[in-house]
Amino acid sequence: MGSELPLFPVQASSVAASVDHLLYFLLAVAVFFSVGIFVTIFYFAVRYRRRSESELPVPAEGAMTLEILWSVIPFGLTMIMFAWGASVFFEISRPPDDAQQIYVIGKQWMWKLQHMEGQREINELHIPVGQAVKLTMTSEDVIHDFFVPAFRTKADVVPGRYTTTWFKPTKPGKYHLFCSQYCGTNHYAMVGWVYVMEPQDYQAWLSGGTSGSLASSGEKLFHDLACVNCHHLADPPGRGPNLRNLYGSMVELTGGAKVKADEDYIRESILNPSAKIVSGYQPIMPTFQGLVTEENVLQLIEYIKSLTPKPVPAPAGAGAATSKQKPTKQ
Amino acid sequence: MITEAVQEREHYLNASYGIKSWLLTKDHKRIALLYLHTITFFFFLGGIFATLIRLELLTPKGDLVSADTYSKLFTLHGVIMIFFFLIPSIPATLGNFFLPMMIGAKDLAFPRINLLSWYLLVIGGCFAMYAMLAGGVDTGWTFYVPYSTNYSNTYVIATGLGIFIAGFSSILTGLNFIVTVHRMRAPGMTWFRLPLFVWSNYATALIQVLGTPVIAITLVLLIGERTLHIGIFDPARGGDPVLFQHLFWFYSHPAVYIMVLPAMGVISELVSVFSKKPVFGYKVVAFSSVAIAVLGFLVWGHHLFVSGQSVYAGLVFSFLSYFVAIPSAIKVFNWTATLHKGSISYATPMLYAFGFIGLFTVGGLTGLFVACLGVDVHVHDTYFVIAHFHYIMVGGTLMAYLGGLHYWWPKMSGRMYPEGWAKLSALVIYLGFNLTFFPQFILGYLGMPRRYWTYPDEFQVLHVMSTAGASVLAVGYLMPLIYFMWSLRYGPIAGPNPWGATGLEWQTASPPPAHNFDETPIVTTEAYDYAALAAREEVKVG
Repeated sequence: MGSELPLFPVQASSVAASVDHLLYFLLAVAVFFSVGIFVTIFYFAVRYRRRSESELPVPAEGAMTLEILWSVIPFGLTMIMFAWGASVFFEISRPPDDAQQIYVIGKQWMWKLQHMEGQREINELHIPVGQAVKLTMTSEDVIHDFFVPAFRTKADVVPGRYTTTWFKPTKPGKYHLFCSQYCGTNHYAMVGWVYVMEPQDYQAWLSGGTSGSLASSGEKLFHDLACVNCHHLADPPGRGPNLRNLYGSMVELTGGAKVKADEDYIRESILNPSAKIVSGYQPIMPTFQGLVTEENVLQLIEYIKSLTPKPVPAPAGAGAATSKQKPTKQ
Repeated sequence: MITEAVQEREHYLNASYGIKSWLLTKDHKRIALLYLHTITFFFFLGGIFATLIRLELLTPKGDLVSADTYSKLFTLHGVIMIFFFLIPSIPATLGNFFLPMMIGAKDLAFPRINLLSWYLLVIGGCFAMYAMLAGGVDTGWTFYVPYSTNYSNTYVIATGLGIFIAGFSSILTGLNFIVTVHRMRAPGMTWFRLPLFVWSNYATALIQVLGTPVIAITLVLLIGERTLHIGIFDPARGGDPVLFQHLFWFYSHPAVYIMVLPAMGVISELVSVFSKKPVFGYKVVAFSSVAIAVLGFLVWGHHLFVSGQSVYAGLVFSFLSYFVAIPSAIKVFNWTATLHKGSISYATPMLYAFGFIGLFTVGGLTGLFVACLGVDVHVHDTYFVIAHFHYIMVGGTLMAYLGGLHYWWPKMSGRMYPEGWAKLSALVIYLGFNLTFFPQFILGYLGMPRRYWTYPDEFQVLHVMSTAGASVLAVGYLMPLIYFMWSLRYGPIAGPNPWGATGLEWQTASPPPAHNFDETPIVTTEAYDYAALAAREEVKVG
């Protein structure tokens, strides 16, 4: 039997302290009101205990002043909770621009993690301390949830779309990774570890064997699947749009609507090509649903992203536009 | 079984005999007793599941039941306790019995529909029982897709149909209450003379009628998706799995208020009677029930803060969730103020009322934590949430239900329960409850996720405390079952008004005659007018 009695989780990310400070405020308010109410009730119960069956207390008139007072003061306090909670939530939801991208695929019952450099991990994630990490996640089957208590972050992993979360580890160590959305019989086993390493250790770990970067795997796939036959990368144009400079741009569709070419758009265009047809092209592309795995889709996306040169002076655009769940930064 | 002193007079229990006189009864009081038996059965069934869950969690390893069985246990615990115990609990038993009596009516507006609603609950329960006996269901009571539609190999449809049918029971009860309160009040019983229990059940009825159809539709879509693959929730067919969560919580969050509003009504009655004071701020308390019913429909998205819904949707739902906290806080303050300069008795129902206020306060205040975006991201789907909603539903609703059952038991049965045992059970339940669920707040903040069959070793001490508390709690719940049955034969005979209460239900005999009142009461005073009651008693004695 475990004999330790932990009472508070370790703080190991840049937002953990903010979340805990907010918790302390909530705790203080909760303790103040519960103790206040308990003591008052206890005092009244003793002071005004029934001394004879026939006694008849004088009824009290309701007091509007009191009613207003004990509505307005708690309401003011809850608005502080709301505003403070919202500001911490924005901090948790918005990855910084320099965040390093990692892809996560959840499936019954394991986590598959994919580094940009090509390393793949299962139920383990190695990351360097002090470096913000942005996770772009999807599921192969049911809804899962990526939860690292030491980082105070959590986000559902939903099939059919990308969700994101981020964290910046502040303390080297080994931390629990839990699936916290019930996903079937072995939900309890969909757990793993996040290893936060010193930067030099991380570099050493990275240089271990790999089959090439995510984008290069995507490039190989792009040729193996014969995508390149229609999506020419140079003139003359093919039967499909040229994908150079596609990522992050606004695409005009048949019918005049415009859509931003982000990860979700590219994913949809591979798996359900007829959903959005680029203006000037025919709906002739076959679906690749069933032919490619979620991992393959991520490799292709990463390759297509690499066809757009990174804007050097203004890094804001590419960083914040990666998911429709997140608001774009001003 | 019933002694001569009680038997002399004809009342609703001895007006007719035989199984048919019960199964075809149109008397709201007898239907309330049918409900009482049904939900007591479901409560102990759900309790057995809870016991097995807690025993499994005694050790970090999965060593009592299989992972599969564990998932079925927590699913059935939730389904049975929520849809077949908590939702019908106070309205269908205490409300059914006393709402007509409290407004001076002979029955509910639609006695046959009332009987039908009991049959619907039983039929729904049979579907759920069938699902359980055939092999169980393992989706969690929340039935999240696509697990429930495309992956689970268990009896999702039978369980869903059971809940669908039981939902109509709830709708019909609500409909009956609304019409009854509007149309059947005795002469002089104006809206602002209604006991607060009636107000809170009226507000509950509004939610039942307006909210329950949404869960019915959601279940139909779920069954359609599972059988016909209609594609509304399936991303591979262009559907949206998160849409299910919106639909599910659009009902299931207001359902929390279906469970807790009637409990608040019971507490208003108890606090008043056992301090011999009118409820402080009567109108404010009455309107706060309606406010909770209305605002409760606007907060469902706070269950989806980490689901991938937009950050701005999260902001709106967090903001609105704080609004619904205020009417609940107002009630607690008004109950406390009612005690001031009262004549406070420590009878068992009042102990339960104190217990309710204590536990509901903790449950409500931790609700502020989970409504807070920054903190909810961390505690969402952890034991913190489990602790929070058990403080509301068990610490709140169940305490009030037991308090109300003790309070009205003399009226229902004509007998008093044994006071000493009852006080002991109230204390045991209060202590056992806190030992069970308080450690779960800490577990949750540490990061222990919900619905885990096994867990890391470092969480064991807190789990052991929780399991120890659950065994105390189990003893506490068995005690009333035993002494209530005992009291039916051996309890002292209760007079018409053993507590000195003002409600109309206490102005008729115990147990009440089949038609409730020998003559229709005429109401001339406000609710909770203890001075007028004392004056009337004096006239009678004089």
